[in-house]
Amino acid sequence: MKWNRKDLLDLESLSAAEIGMLLDTARSFREILDRPIKKVPILRGKTIVNMFFEPSTRTSASFDMAAKRLMADTVNISPKTSAVQKGETLLDTARNLEAMKIDLVVIRHSASGAPHFLASRIRAGVVNAGDGQHAHPTQGLLDMYTIREKRGRLDGLNVLIVGDVTHSRVARSNIHGLTKLGARVTVCGPSTLIPPGIEQLGVKVSYDLDEAIRGADVVNVLRLQLERQKKGLLPSLREYSLLFCVTEERLKRAKPDVTIMHPGPMNRGVEIDPQVADGAHSVILDQVTNGVAVRMAVLYLLSGGEGQLAEAIKKEAN
Amino acid sequence: MTDKRQLPSAKGQLLLKGGRVIDPLNKRDGVFDILIEDGMVKEVSGHIASPHSGIEIIEAKGLIVAPGLCDMHVHLREPGREDEETVESGSQAAAAGGFTAVACMPNTQPACDNQGIVRLIKSRQTPWCAVHPVGAVTKNLADEELAEMGDMRLSGAVAFSNDGRPVASANLMRRALDYLRMFDAPVISHCEDLQLSADGLMNEGPLATRLGLRGIPNAAEASMAYRDCQLAALTGGRLHIAHVSCAETVEVVRQAKRRGIRVTAETCPHYLALTEEAVIGYREMARVNPPLRTAADRAAVIDGLRDGTIDAIASDHAPHSAEEKEVEFDQAPCGMVGLETALGLCWTNLVVPGLLTPSQLVEKLSASPRAILGIGGGAIETGRAADLTVFDPERRWTVEPARFRSKSRNTPFAGMELAGRAVLTVVNGLLVRAGDLD
Repeated sequence: MKWNRKDLLDLESLSAAEIGMLLDTARSFREILDRPIKKVPILRGKTIVNMFFEPSTRTSASFDMAAKRLMADTVNISPKTSAVQKGETLLDTARNLEAMKIDLVVIRHSASGAPHFLASRIRAGVVNAGDGQHAHPTQGLLDMYTIREKRGRLDGLNVLIVGDVTHSRVARSNIHGLTKLGARVTVCGPSTLIPPGIEQLGVKVSYDLDEAIRGADVVNVLRLQLERQKKGLLPSLREYSLLFCVTEERLKRAKPDVTIMHPGPMNRGVEIDPQVADGAHSVILDQVTNGVAVRMAVLYLLSGGEGQLAEAIKKEAN
Repeated sequence: MTDKRQLPSAKGQLLLKGGRVIDPLNKRDGVFDILIEDGMVKEVSGHIASPHSGIEIIEAKGLIVAPGLCDMHVHLREPGREDEETVESGSQAAAAGGFTAVACMPNTQPACDNQGIVRLIKSRQTPWCAVHPVGAVTKNLADEELAEMGDMRLSGAVAFSNDGRPVASANLMRRALDYLRMFDAPVISHCEDLQLSADGLMNEGPLATRLGLRGIPNAAEASMAYRDCQLAALTGGRLHIAHVSCAETVEVVRQAKRRGIRVTAETCPHYLALTEEAVIGYREMARVNPPLRTAADRAAVIDGLRDGTIDAIASDHAPHSAEEKEVEFDQAPCGMVGLETALGLCWTNLVVPGLLTPSQLVEKLSASPRAILGIGGGAIETGRAADLTVFDPERRWTVEPARFRSKSRNTPFAGMELAGRAVLTVVNGLLVRAGDLD
């Protein structure tokens, strides 16, 4: 199979085979991260620009690291230090960068669709590192990678996504990716934070966590933005926690070997109990490690990589 | 611009031969000749022999001759954003689209909230289209004090609106409707509950969920329409609901009319030609307020046109500069230009599929909006000023924004093939060939 997309904008538009290819490629890269010298010269000479218009620690560091592991050159731009501050439009910023002959743009933006906007207007490849409430495809991929790593498969698993689904691009990317690969997905949260028509994406909806958690293979806990309460979507964080916090008690109803995930950053005690976050079932830090491998795979495939990947990696190991 | 154009003298004679004359007010739909002399309709009959050789004869066989079309909802951006549109460029766009009259909304910069701006806009009028200013309901379009609507009315404002925004205060809306009873002018209501639409970017529903765009529910429009109908009932004032986009609002207006409330309504060609799916791909050209809705809403709006609940069709012509519109979806201003595509979109989406008769469409684009605004016209009658639109219903054409007469190009219809296009208008004693404007 050959990768022939310029951009990675969302998981919705990918086929199951393409998602599988990304996950398999990530697996080839994962091993590099455990080597003493964590670098392979696969993207030497390529230039990747990271444009993060929203605050991010994990994702921006992960993309930057993924590029460096593959020995690409990276340039990091944030709005505070860039010409955006002077009123330059997104399009002009991107065109100027492109004039410097870059290969890929990684973009995080508060506007849903901003990566699509760029992708249709510049020649360089565009990687969506999170756009508004729409998509976070590399988070979706790293979650799927981690589930497959821990449970050996995705097909037929019961995956429960708990929390603020309305405002979550992580939830949307998980839903699209997981359902394409055969997982059964349920979303659970307060009715004010479950968006209208979400069933049409092929998921079940529940407002009762104690019910929804029954028989879950995986529980993916979403971050609750604390300002949701101020916007009148919730009476209080206390009540949210009472109804939707993933606790050890509640987890007793899930499968005994349930896998606990969280995309971070966590509000301990609000959406997830500290004991659960740090407990034996938690794979939260594995998600972070796998994120680097997944992003290496994305950068590699979008840079035109294919075929002899295994050999290239092996050669470097010798 | 004017010097290059061949305008027949106002003293001249013009004979329109063999066109299909559609004049809903006079219940006329048939092939007639029309003789125009000194800007007045001299004669309408089955056959008129040309009186002498100097007369200009237009062969109108296969064309439709209608009372001059009127777009009762446009934004001409003057004063303030003359880079996007002016009264002159907007009037040329109107003429190219077959309109002989427009009513322009007051959200200019500064807002048209006093007689000075009303007079300024009227002073910018050109011969090829009548321009009727709509005054602001409140000073500076803010929800605080009524604007001097009486003075504006006497200076030529034909209606009052805070279009672009609702009059959020129910009490101010009540007073405006009540006050305008003295001047027999309608309040044109942009129905939107701003708390319900809160930062929404497109129609609320499964598609918005998929695209991760904040949704605007139908209830944001319909609840405000209901409020305003109640206030019209309370005051006896005259209410016109702008740009109806959804099924619930159609039902609100239908019930209000049944109760005898003095309410009229318009919808726009984009709600007839498109659904929310036009937004897919984050096409900023399809961002408009109220948003494009579902196929079911589109069907309900068309039903509303058919049963008379919706009286008029207006373009909501909203010019925006390319640099302001070609940005991230949530930054893009709402609206699209519409004067030059309205007739084609309506013919293609309403008459071609048999949803409206040609006569019904002409009424909604001419007699009805003119009656709501009280500006006269809308009929073809001997002894009256000649104010006509001639269009070719068979003409197929492709929307090319680069050829627009409007200064702005923001349209989601680029490349779309339409049937029906204006050929010429007769207005103010002038013959304006839409082709001359190409």
